[in-house]
Amino acid sequence: MPSFVIPDKCDGCKALDKTACQHICPNDLMVLDKDAMKAYNREPEMCWECYNCVKICPVQAVDVRGYADFVPMGASVVPMRSTDNIMWTVKFRNGTLKRFKFPIRTTPEGEAQPAGGFNGEPPLEGPTLFTEPDSLGLPEVWTTK
Amino acid sequence: MRDIETVVVETDLLILGGGMAACGVAVEAAHWAKKHNLKVTLVDKAVMERSGAVAMGLSAINQYVGLRDGQNSVKDYVDYVRNDLMGVTREDLVANIARHVDSSVHLFEKWGLPIWTDKEGAYVHEGRWQLMINGESYKVVVAEAAKNALGADNVYERVFITGPIVKDGRCVGAYGFSVREDKFYVFKAKAVVAAMGGAVHVFKPRSSGEGQGRAWYPPWNAGASAFFTLQAGAEMTCQEVRFIPVRFKDAYGPVGAWFLLFKSRATNAFGGEYMQERRDELANWKPYGHVKPIPANLRNYLGMLDVMEGKGPIYMRTEEAIQKIADQSPDPKAYKKKMKELESEAWEDFLDMTISQAILWAATNTAPEEKSSEIAAAEPYFIGSHSGASGAWVSGPEDLQNDTTRSEYFWGYDNMCTVKGLFAAGDASGASSHKFSSGSHAEGRITGKAAARFVVNEKPELIDIPADEIEKYKQQIYAPMKNFEDNQDKSTQANVNPNYIRPNMFMMRLQKIMDEYAGGVTAQFTTSKPLLDRGMELLAFLKEDAAKLGAEDLHELMRCWENYHRMFQAEAHVRTILHREETRWPGYYFRSDFPKLDDEKWHCFVNCTYDATNDKWEMIKRPILHVFDPALDHELVGG
Repeated sequence: MPSFVIPDKCDGCKALDKTACQHICPNDLMVLDKDAMKAYNREPEMCWECYNCVKICPVQAVDVRGYADFVPMGASVVPMRSTDNIMWTVKFRNGTLKRFKFPIRTTPEGEAQPAGGFNGEPPLEGPTLFTEPDSLGLPEVWTTK
Repeated sequence: MRDIETVVVETDLLILGGGMAACGVAVEAAHWAKKHNLKVTLVDKAVMERSGAVAMGLSAINQYVGLRDGQNSVKDYVDYVRNDLMGVTREDLVANIARHVDSSVHLFEKWGLPIWTDKEGAYVHEGRWQLMINGESYKVVVAEAAKNALGADNVYERVFITGPIVKDGRCVGAYGFSVREDKFYVFKAKAVVAAMGGAVHVFKPRSSGEGQGRAWYPPWNAGASAFFTLQAGAEMTCQEVRFIPVRFKDAYGPVGAWFLLFKSRATNAFGGEYMQERRDELANWKPYGHVKPIPANLRNYLGMLDVMEGKGPIYMRTEEAIQKIADQSPDPKAYKKKMKELESEAWEDFLDMTISQAILWAATNTAPEEKSSEIAAAEPYFIGSHSGASGAWVSGPEDLQNDTTRSEYFWGYDNMCTVKGLFAAGDASGASSHKFSSGSHAEGRITGKAAARFVVNEKPELIDIPADEIEKYKQQIYAPMKNFEDNQDKSTQANVNPNYIRPNMFMMRLQKIMDEYAGGVTAQFTTSKPLLDRGMELLAFLKEDAAKLGAEDLHELMRCWENYHRMFQAEAHVRTILHREETRWPGYYFRSDFPKLDDEKWHCFVNCTYDATNDKWEMIKRPILHVFDPALDHELVGG
């Protein structure tokens, strides 16, 4: 069922003010069963396998089992996402293991500044956007006029 | 019925959606708002850091023109887009995006997106217009900049907008509901920007079990933009120009890096290359059949002809492509290093944006350096930002108009719809294809500035909405929950009830109609007037039954409204393919009763409007006019 929750690991995010997987799911699929204090995917057939619930889970309690209607069983793809990189462990059905590590961002979390350090004070009329022409690296915005 | 709180929010500028285009609107509008003391509010169905089509990440930026280094001109990009869309594009809109898009890409880099660079520090290109990125957190950094610009207090998340508020031909707000709390929202605004993405699951997907979630475009893009603009009375364009991507089969992993970066071939089961063997077919689609690169839909079509002749499966020859690159290594040590590098690049391509494809490779013991993988045409999608073109008909920029285009393409504010105060960007605006993630953001910025300028210059008033009207919207939104509650005791099985239909079955009914009558997968993308007419009859029953949608909880209520939105996208599509009596994009759909391109009659836009008060549709032909001269030259030469 695309993303699924491992009951032994899930603690319902009881230490946080909200359940992480429920907070992040772009399709509103993850729900917390308040009696069991375990999360679950309520609509697996609408899961895009975007892995955002897997990546955000603080206790690695969410995993993905490939779509049962076309994916043979037995493989796994597991991420470990830190503040600046992501490490993937890919396990083949035949047991082959592969690991890949990729950078994810070059700035500290939360630090993206809207103007990006570009300067511009264009007028409200005309085509020039607020960081332009600096952010284009050109003397002015291209036009046919 | 449970007690639902009504929340009324007043703002100057209202942004609907939280994806790439909406983030572009936000970051730009926030600047002008600060200067002119305006309030900007954004409403997202999900949470901005992981909402929209880039929620998972991306492995490439597909639009970078390279104006700074003189790599290409704005006209080069317009030529490429026009040719790919078989001549049907708004040059003013495409040029407007192309002249600003590099600016957005340079901002992404500053915000923290890792863009691949070579030894000299230049961007690594996947193809002429595409840049390679480490894009796992692409949306995270773009949303972060947008949120930092807006301020967290001005962002409403998990609120789903279901309809526009229009007064005297002007869009004055929107209404919707929280999918997490018992709260109904009315947003009153002086300008409204629709940027709620394209439409997925209007057609039946190839995988109909669990795997239906694995749509190529995300399943949460459910036609909200098209519905909102149609319902507001805005003129729509290119509603026939659906997009069908050819991707790795079933998991829909991207093929761009394989074709462009690794220079891979695609062959049929007998080793034949349809792009070579069927070259003569392209002459039937002149002049577009002879441009370079060959339009996406024609490439699709040549592959489909192979499949229809029983020559499948079609394979991406990954092992051959990787071998060819590695063979260029000077010695065994360099060869080993290159193979390792290529393997990592191949996997990252999937892990950044289509993790399912990595699972499928692992589950089928597929190492791309050893074994080919199947590719196939997916199902139809509505997406104004890629090789499709559906969306609202919007004003172009004033400075790019000439004496012929001005009266048709310009009405005051960039990206404003034909309804005053309503703007559209990204998948929501039409006839400006190939903007992808970066161009959608740039178009969002253009729109954000224009909407702010509209508020400053026109000084529109906030409109008072009477309490009984607010109550009417509220009743309408929660009606499916009432249906469910009132009727659930009529059956011992919650899914089978004579008085309501649950949204999942409603969606499947819509998908079956579209698949079989409007040229979906099982109809081999082929349709005709008799089929479309019958499809319209069945859609009419569906539309009536929409009043019987039933929802058990807020999540299902969201699904009800998503499918209501999809249904309008479907109707706009069927009406428009019916109207255009030719076949122009044979790899997207084929009219068996008009199997040829007819440039004399149909070299034009087919637009439509919907009158919500009387449930009436109108079809309109609009001329294709050129910003760049001479027209014929670049139509044939191509980029």
